[in-house]
Amino acid sequence: MKEAQMHNETKKYGMVIDLDKCTGCGACMVACMAENNVPFRDDETDKLLSVAWMRVFKMTNGKAFPDTDICYIPRPCMHCEGHLGHSPCVSVCPATATDYDNLTGIVSQIYTRCFGCRYCMAACPYHARVFNWWDPVWPAGMEKTLNPDVSVRMRGVVEKCSFCFHRYQRAMETAHYEDRTELEEDEYQTSCTQACPAGAITFGDLNNPDHAVNQLVKPDNSHGGKPKNPNAFRLLERLGTNPKVYYLSSREWVRNAGDNYVKNEKASAGH
Amino acid sequence: MKIDRRCFLSLVIGGAAGTALTPLPWKLTDDSSIWSQNWPWTPVVAKGETFYETSACPLCPGGCGIFIRMVDDRTIKIEGQAGHPVNDGGVCVLGLSGLQLLYSPTRVTGPMKRIGNRGSGKWEPISWDDAIGEVVAKLSDLRANAQPQKVGCISGGRYGTIPELFKRLMAAYGSPNTMTVPSLQDSLQLTMKIMHGSDAVFGYDLENADFILSFGSGLIEGWGSPVRMFRANSGWKENGIEIVQIEPRLSNTAAKSDQWIAIKPGTEAALAMGIMHIMISEGLYDRNFIEQYTSGFSGWKSLVMEDYTPDKVAAITGVPAAGIQKLAKRFSGASRPLALCGRGQGDEPLALKEAMAIHALNALTGNLNQPGGVWAVPKPDYIEWPDIEMDDVSENGLAARRIDGAGSGKYSLASSLLNRLPDAENDYALEALLICNANPNYTMANARAFQEKIGKIPFVVSFSSYMDETAMHADLILPNHCYLERYEDLPVTAGMARPLIGLARPIVEPLFDTMNVGDVLIRIAQELGGSVADAFPWDSYEACLEETLGDKWEILNEEGFWMDEDFEAAVWEDAFATESGKFEFGNASLDLSPGFNGLTPEGDETSYPLVLIPFDSMRLSNNAVTNPPFVMKTVEDTVLKGNFGLVEVNPETASSLGLSEGSIAQLKTPKGETRVKIHLYHGVMPGVVAMPKGLGHRTKDTFTAGKGSNINELMGPVEDQASGLNVAWGIRAKLAKA
Repeated sequence: MKEAQMHNETKKYGMVIDLDKCTGCGACMVACMAENNVPFRDDETDKLLSVAWMRVFKMTNGKAFPDTDICYIPRPCMHCEGHLGHSPCVSVCPATATDYDNLTGIVSQIYTRCFGCRYCMAACPYHARVFNWWDPVWPAGMEKTLNPDVSVRMRGVVEKCSFCFHRYQRAMETAHYEDRTELEEDEYQTSCTQACPAGAITFGDLNNPDHAVNQLVKPDNSHGGKPKNPNAFRLLERLGTNPKVYYLSSREWVRNAGDNYVKNEKASAGH
Repeated sequence: MKIDRRCFLSLVIGGAAGTALTPLPWKLTDDSSIWSQNWPWTPVVAKGETFYETSACPLCPGGCGIFIRMVDDRTIKIEGQAGHPVNDGGVCVLGLSGLQLLYSPTRVTGPMKRIGNRGSGKWEPISWDDAIGEVVAKLSDLRANAQPQKVGCISGGRYGTIPELFKRLMAAYGSPNTMTVPSLQDSLQLTMKIMHGSDAVFGYDLENADFILSFGSGLIEGWGSPVRMFRANSGWKENGIEIVQIEPRLSNTAAKSDQWIAIKPGTEAALAMGIMHIMISEGLYDRNFIEQYTSGFSGWKSLVMEDYTPDKVAAITGVPAAGIQKLAKRFSGASRPLALCGRGQGDEPLALKEAMAIHALNALTGNLNQPGGVWAVPKPDYIEWPDIEMDDVSENGLAARRIDGAGSGKYSLASSLLNRLPDAENDYALEALLICNANPNYTMANARAFQEKIGKIPFVVSFSSYMDETAMHADLILPNHCYLERYEDLPVTAGMARPLIGLARPIVEPLFDTMNVGDVLIRIAQELGGSVADAFPWDSYEACLEETLGDKWEILNEEGFWMDEDFEAAVWEDAFATESGKFEFGNASLDLSPGFNGLTPEGDETSYPLVLIPFDSMRLSNNAVTNPPFVMKTVEDTVLKGNFGLVEVNPETASSLGLSEGSIAQLKTPKGETRVKIHLYHGVMPGVVAMPKGLGHRTKDTFTAGKGSNINELMGPVEDQASGLNVAWGIRAKLAKA
């Protein structure tokens, strides 16, 4: 009980992505790259090497023509809470380069601490983390478009989506100037949320019943934030990672695909 | 001292063990990693004052408003303009990547003159005075010989002061040969002209429609104004509006629709006719509208009843008769149903009969100029310049038959037929060509023929900001400012239901020695002298723009856009300016009525057993704008892998050809061949090969050049009898293991 009370006083920023509205256009990916100084190379077609914080995957129902169906699924960092902040990556980081912030629920990544062991990448069940195999290089002049709010990463470190934490910091700074300690819902929004031309992404405090994210998925905090909305789901729910990114879909095969990663596997009894 | 083997070994082993016990190796490893991670080329970005500038995005016809986040004098990020009637804060991948176009390595840094062979990439920088002087010299020469018609112009835009200045220059100079890059807009405007008798453009009140029937339109893949379409689509989802998508491939639009009808490629118009057959025979249409406000219905009706019975249509389209029946009931049963046309992004025109057929479908429901329907929106009409006073040379030149044949003979309906340029025949040949905002060597079907044809024109001038495929083969490049460095008015006609103008504003000082093409045109005209100079009385383009926009100038500079909020489409009594004063189901003198042409793609079935169709994606720009690095980064590895473009093939078709996922194959069409990789996709109809547009650039940059193949080099034009426009929706193809 005490824990629950403590938790309710803090923020739990989360995201709801409506897959019925998502068109797979990729604007969230580019909005993220432009906001967060994500580097690019001549060839970005090897997706294992391509640095992207937000990636839009394409899923298919696997049925033959003409019963085929596809669905796009944008995947930022899930900012897993795990149990009491023990998200998979935080638990394994030997350098405390990634940590769970109990005030916001955001999983941080501190580049200057990271020494590139990539344990976190192995631990992350969502492939949300990427390693910088090269120093970033921009064509002449293009480094003038870099965002001063986000540090540029060097070769040898892991990076991932930060829920645009610098935007939270900016919003909090403004709030403090105005003698406030609380943010309005629209004061802190991630770059992808702001850019999504379909309005498919909603971002806010999952703990706040007035915020749209809470109303959309109705998270059940006594059961690890499991959504009460029947159309809502989280990726690999049964792993118990307690992610803060929720998806909405009216299509059953899409919802099932969110938690089904080994073919013909028997439904697990756990979680 | 003698060093024997034993001594040597103990020294080495002892030394190694000793070193390992000291912190030295660990310290060195640590230091070297810290040192290498602090290499100075990882920039530390300077802080500064943050503020926002407002502008408009010209990268597609969509007309989004944009905010540019600035830190001091640096442009940091482009965001969607909140509160803008088109995009309200949303923005697409290309719009977001605009700053990479500003700093693109392919920018042309100043006026250049070719010194090597065409396309050899050898250029010599020249001054603006010399560059403009060369153009003026060439144009004066032709005019002195009374041959002004030998100058052609290709303009990417259609409306706004820049395309109008080009038209005006050509008219004052005396050439009829202004060509625009063809698109769906051409077909729609002819449809409007014939059926409504007016020069209006198509507007769609999408947000209020309650049933969407899309004949292959990529509603969420860049059709119309892309961001507005995304927003409309989300609105439909929220309100449970049904969307039916008709096309041979499961596109994103098809996947997001409530029903996907997989139709034989190119037969969409037949299905529209079949639906109308049922609506008419069962009386499921708006009798009041048809009886009071239309003409030619009964004659056309008998044609529909005879030629488009459900069984016949089922045989043509592959859609079962029962399905057509159901669709007709659902469509006519909705209160504000809307039928949309134009395949993919609508880059290619439609056969006129097809565009008319789908418009007739909207007319049958009476959903014209009504909430949730098709609106006739007046063309942008704010440009009111005085008439040009022509001299004899100009008048004679303008009287010449156009090089592309448009406006005369069997092409009398067309106003521009750029697609006909490669095989245009006339009693004269072009001696000079001006190209602005267009990249025909890349974007036009049968792109190589364009390169060849344009290569034969002795004097080619490009105004491109970038070294694109067409600029590479020009003689002279007079680079325009990038859109973030210049003023330009951008009237939006991409299906908006209200007249709307955006204004691109100079946000940064020009990075290079470039000049606004408007200023260049004014200078060229003034240096040509005489009646041409008189037609261009402005001191500068900015002065021209300010004067032209009048009281809108201030609003545009403050808000970034101007919209006619009070616009309402005309009531039926006043809506039609045809001879009958009514909506016309056809034109007897032109022998034109809504129908299905049955145009077959080029190539014979035995040599080319498959059909190649293009598809559009938001993640690949396929117009004159080349994909910036961020956009390339979003391209999936099932579309591009290394330098291989992938084509989508149904697993059934692939296995019959011995192809599997990732196999390398040779794709051949009557127009060309290329090497591709295979991507197995159940969502594409057996026998069809689907290939993305927007790859295979032949430019020199490292981000796009040589990646994948340009489908336009494989496609050939198929001429629409009625309009002369290229209406090819595919081409026959062969796929063989390589």
